[in-house]
Amino acid sequence: MRLEPRSEVSPVRFILAPVAAVIASLLLCSGLILWSGASVFEAYWMMLTGSIGSSFALAETLSRATPLIFTGLAAAVAFRARFWNIGAEGQLYAGSLMVTFLGTGEINIHEGLLPPILFMGSFAAGSLWLFLPSLIKIRFQVDEVVTTLLLNFVMLLLVSLLLEGPLKDPMGLGWPQAAPVLESAELPRLVQGLRVHAGLIIAVILALLIWQLQIRTTLGFEMRAVGLSRNASQFAGMRVGNILLITALISGGLAGLAGYSEVAGLKGNLTLDLSPGFGYTGIVVAMLAQLHPLGVIGSAFFVACIFVGADAMSRSVGVPNYIADVVVATSLLCMLVSMLQVKYRIRWKS
Amino acid sequence: MPGPHLPFLKFPPVVPEVLSLKNIHKQFGNLHANHDISLSLKRGEVLALLGENGAGKTTLMNILFGHYVADSGEIEVSGKILPKGSPKASIDAGLGMVHQHFTLADNLSVLDNIILGTQPLWNFRLQRREASDRILDLGSRFGLDVDPNARIAELSVGERQRVEILKALYRKARILILDEPTAVLTPQESRTLFKTLRQLLEEGLSIIFISHKLAEVLEVSDRIAVLRDGKLVMEVEVSKASENMLAEAMVGRSFKMPIRKEVPAGESLLDFDKVSVLSPHRLPVLEQVSFSVHAREVVGLAGISGNGQRVLADLISGLQSPTSGQVSLYGQPLKRFHPREMLRQGVGRIPEDRHGFGVVGDLNLAENVISEVYKNPDYSKMGFLNLKNRQQFADKVVQEFDVRGVKNHAPVRLLSGGNMQKLILGRVLLQNPKLILAHQPARGLDIGAASFVYERLLEAKMQGCGILLISEDLEELLRLSDRVLVIHRGKIKEAGKAGSLSTTNLGLLMAGRQADAS
Repeated sequence: MRLEPRSEVSPVRFILAPVAAVIASLLLCSGLILWSGASVFEAYWMMLTGSIGSSFALAETLSRATPLIFTGLAAAVAFRARFWNIGAEGQLYAGSLMVTFLGTGEINIHEGLLPPILFMGSFAAGSLWLFLPSLIKIRFQVDEVVTTLLLNFVMLLLVSLLLEGPLKDPMGLGWPQAAPVLESAELPRLVQGLRVHAGLIIAVILALLIWQLQIRTTLGFEMRAVGLSRNASQFAGMRVGNILLITALISGGLAGLAGYSEVAGLKGNLTLDLSPGFGYTGIVVAMLAQLHPLGVIGSAFFVACIFVGADAMSRSVGVPNYIADVVVATSLLCMLVSMLQVKYRIRWKS
Repeated sequence: MPGPHLPFLKFPPVVPEVLSLKNIHKQFGNLHANHDISLSLKRGEVLALLGENGAGKTTLMNILFGHYVADSGEIEVSGKILPKGSPKASIDAGLGMVHQHFTLADNLSVLDNIILGTQPLWNFRLQRREASDRILDLGSRFGLDVDPNARIAELSVGERQRVEILKALYRKARILILDEPTAVLTPQESRTLFKTLRQLLEEGLSIIFISHKLAEVLEVSDRIAVLRDGKLVMEVEVSKASENMLAEAMVGRSFKMPIRKEVPAGESLLDFDKVSVLSPHRLPVLEQVSFSVHAREVVGLAGISGNGQRVLADLISGLQSPTSGQVSLYGQPLKRFHPREMLRQGVGRIPEDRHGFGVVGDLNLAENVISEVYKNPDYSKMGFLNLKNRQQFADKVVQEFDVRGVKNHAPVRLLSGGNMQKLILGRVLLQNPKLILAHQPARGLDIGAASFVYERLLEAKMQGCGILLISEDLEELLRLSDRVLVIHRGKIKEAGKAGSLSTTNLGLLMAGRQADAS
């Protein structure tokens, strides 16, 4: 068996790749569902109705997709420039910390100014958390996969420290949680009584903006060129280090905004379980979207469907909702295989 | 059926065919890589295989060596049919290949490299003594003197090639296939190689000589076969062949190599004054280099690769700054070394490695064409690209530089080498540079594309450009340059006006010796 590069990548194959990966992963996971003693069809049906079958379910799914669009964009932007930011989780918490510092009334800010300041503050905090790893990557070629990943744990410990100490909500009955953000800082709900909030709108607008940035601006052109060939980009006169740094700052900022959206839009305050791994899941979201910003919206929605649907499924047919993690993880693996199929043709005979 | 060998009769003796390829056909997708090729090789004969890149030479050799299986057709070695798709059968049948890029392990000795893979796996006692004796014996018989115990890393390129040949002979090769054997050699080393080949022929070996250097093919071969687009388009005795005829057969149309016109050089554009560069390990890569390039002048830099050309090109490309000394452009000392600064100052750069540095292979043509100018107001305002102007520039390059095989959004890595080079040439020349660095501008190109590149460079010179041409191809250097410099171990010497130079003298200088006074 050997791989033969395809001379042309057909757009149909490019779009079908994630679809095929998703179907393959659902098929693979049906084995697990059978093993746990439920009917596959019923289980997946429950998953479907539980995620999009009612307005309540749909709203839940959309609110779950919101942070995933942010972190998915963070990964997509960075990966396109071949900057492997694995630290969106930490950057998300950095953003939410900033929201807590600025938005809980500790600092006096005019009510009307609060939302834009929180927006920019969380973006800056996420950027800042990625600044050091990207700097030593550019200066000393220190592998960013390692540094960004490790900084996630540093951030989690820092948040834990702050929540047990200075940021602990005096009204929180002793729980390790920060004070809630002011009402004027909250992102409005889109539908009365449902949890889907304005963060979704912001996320979608950002996806559109980043898409336009990538195809219309010199910066987008530089980011793509640098991602595809550092040498040729440098030879053509691009400042590769600066471009990577800007890319990293945008990526970190987007992840920071996920923290803003979660605290100000959904949870209301910072807790240690603010993110059930949105930063890591964002990587899957970006890969399923083939790093395309608009694709991120779709794949974030899909991944959210799996997570929300799996909860419904576990309630009704008794399959543990860990199946969601398995489905998402398998779909990433299947995605890698189908991306290979997009670029190469497999020849079984020499 | 081979007839009796009767040299006393008047008619030419029937010489047995050692190798015959019959109606070889190989198709990749829609591409006929080999189309009905029949060739034969006689004992004691040199058959030259000529052809542009992609003409099907490599495919044919891969079929011969069992790496590919032909769709149809047969191969006979000494009258016996060669089993298909078995490299081992090919080696056992007496075929030996000397690749252009050597397949030697640098940190092993000559002996180890030669016996690698020939010793039985379950024999614990390596027969090193016997092997060593055989190598020495083969070496003295064919004038291939190499110390069997020397490490490959210590050997010169010429010596490494000898090891490759010995390796084939050690495996009892009777038919030797040499792929572009002189590409890496100095003219002197080439001479030695040809002498060795003669000795091999006298011993009854047969040789297939793959090359695109016409002069050399006419010199060493008995018969010449020309491939084009997978077909055998010409088979001719060397006595009836001429350089022009072969070139036209290769390209498939008549064409002329451009001829340089001597014009008085203008003011000095680029000045190197005692420039030195140390490698990251603090070893000198360029030592006290001084030279200059003037307007309306092509300065050729000859040298065997790895003698400091890369660093010199990097300096002028702006990828590297000197450790000491001064580089001046148009009389002004350069302070910042960055590609953007060079571009701003009107330095056009054609890099040696077009895939790695010249283009971003996965971007399309338009994007590659503007990669050096996208920040100019014509192509972007306030950070937004002007896609219309970009397309116009791309169309201009495609039209004026005859870039073929372009599909609008296809990545440029799908272009052939010649078309990719035309793209780069167009990008450089349409910026109206004052100085051009051309590093191996025709490397790997077919003659047609190469003559196009030469023509455009000479045109630029007539319009007032100064050109520094770095090349390992002496023919190319002498064809284009007005003045030739030679680089050896990081030092540059002036060799003189191109008209007064011979390849022999240049070869001596390239090897670090003084040129003959004669």
